[in-house]
Amino acid sequence: MENINLKIDNHEVSVPKGTMILEAAASIGINIPTLCHLNLRGTCVQNRPASCRLCVVEVQGRRNLAPACETKCMQDMVVSTNSMRVIKARKTIAELILSDHPNDCLTCPKCGECELQALITRLNITEMPFKGGELSQRKKELTCSITRNMDKCIYCRRCETMCNDVQTVGALGAVRRGFDTTIAPSFDKMLKDTNCTSCGQCVAVCPTGALTEHDNTDQLMDDLRNPDKIVIAQPAPAVRAALGEEFGMPAGTLVTGKLATALRELGFDYVFDTDFAADLTIMEEGYEILDRLKRHLEGDKSVKLPIMTSCCPGWVNFFEHEFPDLLDYPSTARSPQAMFGAIAKSYWAEKMGIPREKLVVVSIMPCLAKKYEVTRDDLKHGGLPDVDYSISTRELARILKRANIGFAGLPDSDFDKPLGESTGAGVIFGTTGGVLEAALRTVYEAYTGKTLPKIEFTEVRGLEGIREATIDLNGFPLKVCVAHTLGNARRIMNKLRSGELDYHVVEIMACPGGCIGGGGQPYHHGHVEVLQARQKALYSEDEHKPIRKSHENPDILRLYEEYLGAPLSERSEELLHTHYIDKSIKMTW
Amino acid sequence: MKTKSVDDLMVIRRRAEGMLSLREKCNAIVSEESCGLDKGTEHIQILCCGGTGCKASESALIAENLQASIKEHGIADKVDIITTGCFGFCEKGPIVKIIPDNTFYTQVTPDDAEEIVREHIVKGNKVERLLYLDPKTLRHISDSKHMNFYGKQIRIALRNCGFIDPENIEEYIARDGYQALADALTKSTPEEVIEKVKASGLRGRGGAGFPTGKKWEFSRSYQSDEKYVVCNADEGDPGAFMDRSIMEGDPNSIVEAMTICGYCIGSHNGLIYIRAEYPLAVHRIQVAIEQAREYGFLGKDILGTGFDFDIEIRYGAGAFVCGEETALIHSMEGKRGEPTLKPPFPAESGYLGKPTNVNNVETLANIPIILTKGAEWFSSIGTEKSKGTKVFALAGKINNVGLIEVPMGTTLREIIYDIGGGVKNGKKFKAVQTGGPSGGCLTEKHLDIPIDYESLTAAGSMMGSGGMIVMDEDDCMVSVAKFYLEFTVGESCGKCTPCRIGNKRMLEILARITEGNGEMADLQRLKDLATVIKDTALCGLGQTSPNPVLSTINNFYDEYVEHVKNRKCRSKKCKALLTYTIDPAKCKGCGLCAKDCPASAIMGTVRKPHVINPYECIRCGMCMSRCHFGAISVF
Repeated sequence: MENINLKIDNHEVSVPKGTMILEAAASIGINIPTLCHLNLRGTCVQNRPASCRLCVVEVQGRRNLAPACETKCMQDMVVSTNSMRVIKARKTIAELILSDHPNDCLTCPKCGECELQALITRLNITEMPFKGGELSQRKKELTCSITRNMDKCIYCRRCETMCNDVQTVGALGAVRRGFDTTIAPSFDKMLKDTNCTSCGQCVAVCPTGALTEHDNTDQLMDDLRNPDKIVIAQPAPAVRAALGEEFGMPAGTLVTGKLATALRELGFDYVFDTDFAADLTIMEEGYEILDRLKRHLEGDKSVKLPIMTSCCPGWVNFFEHEFPDLLDYPSTARSPQAMFGAIAKSYWAEKMGIPREKLVVVSIMPCLAKKYEVTRDDLKHGGLPDVDYSISTRELARILKRANIGFAGLPDSDFDKPLGESTGAGVIFGTTGGVLEAALRTVYEAYTGKTLPKIEFTEVRGLEGIREATIDLNGFPLKVCVAHTLGNARRIMNKLRSGELDYHVVEIMACPGGCIGGGGQPYHHGHVEVLQARQKALYSEDEHKPIRKSHENPDILRLYEEYLGAPLSERSEELLHTHYIDKSIKMTW
Repeated sequence: MKTKSVDDLMVIRRRAEGMLSLREKCNAIVSEESCGLDKGTEHIQILCCGGTGCKASESALIAENLQASIKEHGIADKVDIITTGCFGFCEKGPIVKIIPDNTFYTQVTPDDAEEIVREHIVKGNKVERLLYLDPKTLRHISDSKHMNFYGKQIRIALRNCGFIDPENIEEYIARDGYQALADALTKSTPEEVIEKVKASGLRGRGGAGFPTGKKWEFSRSYQSDEKYVVCNADEGDPGAFMDRSIMEGDPNSIVEAMTICGYCIGSHNGLIYIRAEYPLAVHRIQVAIEQAREYGFLGKDILGTGFDFDIEIRYGAGAFVCGEETALIHSMEGKRGEPTLKPPFPAESGYLGKPTNVNNVETLANIPIILTKGAEWFSSIGTEKSKGTKVFALAGKINNVGLIEVPMGTTLREIIYDIGGGVKNGKKFKAVQTGGPSGGCLTEKHLDIPIDYESLTAAGSMMGSGGMIVMDEDDCMVSVAKFYLEFTVGESCGKCTPCRIGNKRMLEILARITEGNGEMADLQRLKDLATVIKDTALCGLGQTSPNPVLSTINNFYDEYVEHVKNRKCRSKKCKALLTYTIDPAKCKGCGLCAKDCPASAIMGTVRKPHVINPYECIRCGMCMSRCHFGAISVF
């Protein structure tokens, strides 16, 4: 490709044609600040409104300052990112943003992670500017997953881009104009009254404290210190590949052993693993795949294919809202979080002789939609939820810090048995493509009766939005597809609706990259490398596991033997499967 | 009748010319004679203004009454009543014009209709009291050509306004209408037409002044299966009504120009983005589109040349920012009306991502006549870099409020004093605001600058779309800056930081100053903030929004200082800075002021001088209006 030569701050730089000044500068170590720009390279996540104007630079010969994020490099351009004119303008803009921002950093949940806070420090703004200026009054809301405090919104539009362009949910958008503009559901309704899927991607990209998770850490602390309660933990696969980042470790550091120790240190009575339930999910979902395939091959026209994975609550919410006519396609298998709760409060509780009321099942999830999922009526037993509540990876980090636990120095330990035993198949649930690959390992062997010649299905790995492959099952070509982000899910579902879809199994995850990029994970601050490193970490954990197929997990086999009977048995159906409801919003005028 | 060829057009034209011949003939002569059926005039036409301004003063009822009256007199076969577009002299509306003697009746009421018919139409006696009274000579003027208001005007974009019936396409055809389209389609290549537009030197009349021919050339240069021609009829400057009047008075010129543009850039789809608050303009455009379709100037195989083009109307909800072309396009797409960064320009990626050519109404209105009369003719008018004429909506403290069209290069002095008839009520001229909220306030010292795009920008204002508001000594320039900024703050889309928060902060500082709470540092703050906003805002709205503030600070700095240091507003517009006092020598102690004071701020005993407590006084001015002895003054 043709290269362009230009000068930035007196440094010669050569970049491919079409490169923006911001990237060209970054390539030689000049870090121009910006609050709105977001570009997860290689994914569809891109927010490019050029609206915060913090990245303005001086381009020789140009009348006004140019936004570096969206101004293309031109041959022989002369750019200054730090002339007096730029420094002054940038500081004024930062001051303007600050002048419409609550001055409560000390008690803000985003304190320390806030991109605006970091910028204000970097620009040496030491006084509140424009004193006495009006603060815009915007809505506050607490849903079961998300906390909205729109007074802190700086209008970068990242959340709007995630909700509209990436997820195609359209729950958030700009409302009103000028100084009164806010990002909100249409007509400034409450988020809880919309088709929000609780995926939490708005939270994942918010640079300030405007959008944060619903905090359950106080509740957890109370329960952990309550002698009458037995509190058990189930951390999700993706947590172990990201938690370390909160303690200064590089992205992609696996902290599985430290995680188990830390949870015990925190006071959990039993430290189990959601990975166990992931293996269980594969058994149920895998046999459901086999059942539908078998009936399909026998010519049963009523069989719905493709079967779609159902472990992602954001995705479940999405199809319940948007595709109520296609509720028969997704697998009826509950998510691993829900399966864990159901088994813990039945099989395990009975085995241990613990009354259900005394048990508190807490999940640690990379996800905010899981906070919603635990409130679903179909995942309750006698009015009591199977999982009491869910905290995010970030919340776990916060509570560990509060409890004075020096995470980085902790020794490794194992999860408790029996609900802590897992295989490599369970671990890779945390990345896009992982559930399908885990299912294929079991489905292949169950269908063909042969041992897999090669355990990895690398054809379904990666970060591309939609990936497809054909797997040879004893001569039967099994067509599979993996999609992540709800925008890609919509593409798949639209094709399904119009009858153009030709797959047998489809895996869908709501978040970019799957759970590793979930709304409850440590902030990636726009660096796609973080997601890539987490993905790599999960595959590496899988590789090093002694058992890598769910149907070989000894504790899963024992569970079936002692309690459930077989996959899709009556008891399995009752405890491990669910049904979906039509949540489409009916407009009344 | 559907035209299938240029010959068909000529047939219609010959037929239509008959209808207009009376008007055309007498248009050329200046007459103070009077016509009347009794005096032997065979045919009389009464033109009645049907623009929004005159309609608001019941001009539709005037036309109805005229109709009823000619029926009563049994002369309906000899007299036509024609509703036209705006004559421009809105100050004196409603206007009724009698053809063939060119009598120009002003401020006509529905009750006058009967007298006009009885006295003038029948007997041939002009109704003197309805004639324009020249304020200088105090003589009645009958023919508009003798009026200073029209004297220095050249009407090109407004050529048909106030002359033809805008709802009758044949009257447009009789005035060379659709000739330019026919010539373009049958005699020229698109490149040749673009070349002519380029040679004419026509520049965008929406504000920025980009050369129109060049824009067309860009739009043509991009390859695409679909392209769009968009007419920007989202006129939004406070007090501006140029585009509205053109659409109301000559809608076919827009339809024709858009079709020509479609031919030039290779598009088959036209869209007119028009404010829904312009119901009459919408209606006239709709009628024009329907008639153009019926006559075969829109639709498939136009004039038998195989060229297809059609136009759709899209409504705007009146957001000022939607006049910015990228915001306009987003609004048409059903999205939030917000600008996006250029490049890419709409010519490359516009409506639905396709190459789109956006032109303003007035720009388009110039196109057909440029092509029929020639680029050379057009470029002979105006200044070196700004060719042709510009329509201005003249408003504010001026005697002749109205719509005017002058050659580029006319001075502000000529506009204000010759055409506008000077400042109202003999007050002293203080400033003229051009370019709307994006423009600035020019002063006495700028009055002799020949107006064009460059000179106005150099003077700290801009051409804008053509709003021109005259201010006198009673106007407070700080309040004026505040007024315009209030407008921008209300109309900012909120997308970029400088415009969303910066303008709000500037407004707060201005409010502080007008309330007597300003400090000298505020003036520097305003200047600094204005400079950054100009330098960093995303779109044209934000980049120009500080102009009213900057130009008033630069040109009326002492007035700002007075507000801050002396806490005084010399124009007595800033209420918080006023002090009402009672002159004890003049006060008779009648007590009327104290009785009516809503704040009970006036004390005193009967027949003794009263006093105003400045801390209680709410500066409503009630006392001053009550006092019979002129004892109360304000400073």
